[in-house]
Amino acid sequence: MKRWLPLIFALFVVSTATATDSATEAALAADPVAEKRLQGLSEELRCLVCQNQNIADSNAELAQDLRREIRGMIKAGKSDKEIVDFMVARYGDFVLYRPPVKGITLLLWGGPIVLMLLGLLVLRSYLKKRARRLVEEERPLSADESSRAEALLKDTNAS
Amino acid sequence: MNRYYWIVGAFAALVVLLAVGLGLNPRDVPSPLVGKPAPAFTLNQLAAPEKTFSPKDMQGKVWLMNVWASWCVSCRAEHPILVEFSRKVDVPLIGLNYKEVRGDGSFDMSKMSPEEEKKLAWQRANQWLSEHGNPYTLTAMDLDGRVGIDYGVYGVPETYIVDKTGIIRMKHTGPITPEVLSKKILPLIAELNK
Repeated sequence: MKRWLPLIFALFVVSTATATDSATEAALAADPVAEKRLQGLSEELRCLVCQNQNIADSNAELAQDLRREIRGMIKAGKSDKEIVDFMVARYGDFVLYRPPVKGITLLLWGGPIVLMLLGLLVLRSYLKKRARRLVEEERPLSADESSRAEALLKDTNAS
Repeated sequence: MNRYYWIVGAFAALVVLLAVGLGLNPRDVPSPLVGKPAPAFTLNQLAAPEKTFSPKDMQGKVWLMNVWASWCVSCRAEHPILVEFSRKVDVPLIGLNYKEVRGDGSFDMSKMSPEEEKKLAWQRANQWLSEHGNPYTLTAMDLDGRVGIDYGVYGVPETYIVDKTGIIRMKHTGPITPEVLSKKILPLIAELNK
């Protein structure tokens, strides 16, 4: 195994080196501000081919094309909103990792809050019940009850 | 006892919710383009490279646009259905060849000149159609995938139905199945052609 380690490491280095887009790096050096904007924007946008990755992370063909497209729009002086609108017009709200609040996404945004409120209600009623039970258990016996208890105890002792 | 009904009920509701969720196709992303005009473009044609095609050429007709490429495996599965469709139904079926060379992934594009890419794309697309049959009225060549981006293409094959006024009325992502064809596409074409 030890013999193979350097080879595996070398392969890893080579594969990551080829995976990074050399054009991206050149562009980054040329215009760090634009590239920073590209990075920020593409982290907010979903890659539709590999749906759980954003456009910044994904190396899918489409993600590369979309990064190129966004780079072009930044160069053309488009605002972030215009760029995001461009993407939404083509791929829908689904490209946004932060979907807008509207009718169809209400459950998505409100669901967790509703669930938490429900949980709090259940917790409150449980605690109330429990407190009542504890008070009941710790209450000293009334005179009537203690005489009954004594009678019962005597009864068992006698038999 | 009452409490157990609650727990069983909540569990059953969760199972139903998850079952429905798992049954949905995550690739079936609703397209915002449905109901909007088909984006304009001008691309060279496969059969006649000196000629171009634009969606506005189809004004007044109901037409279909099918996005394909020779490297696309699902397109192969879909193709016989399209060939049969083109024989039976008299509706223009426009092919949009999407990134024939670039999309393949086995070519180093930095080493290829635009002329070489063009030549290779035409050759590969023509060969594929002669092997598998050509259902298309014509095919437009989208070499760099820019038109694909305007149509929100993210998984080839995709199919669009455009009405007489140039509005996209339906988009289907993934291969067309006989069910989709008979239950959705054909009825919609009939309705639009009324």
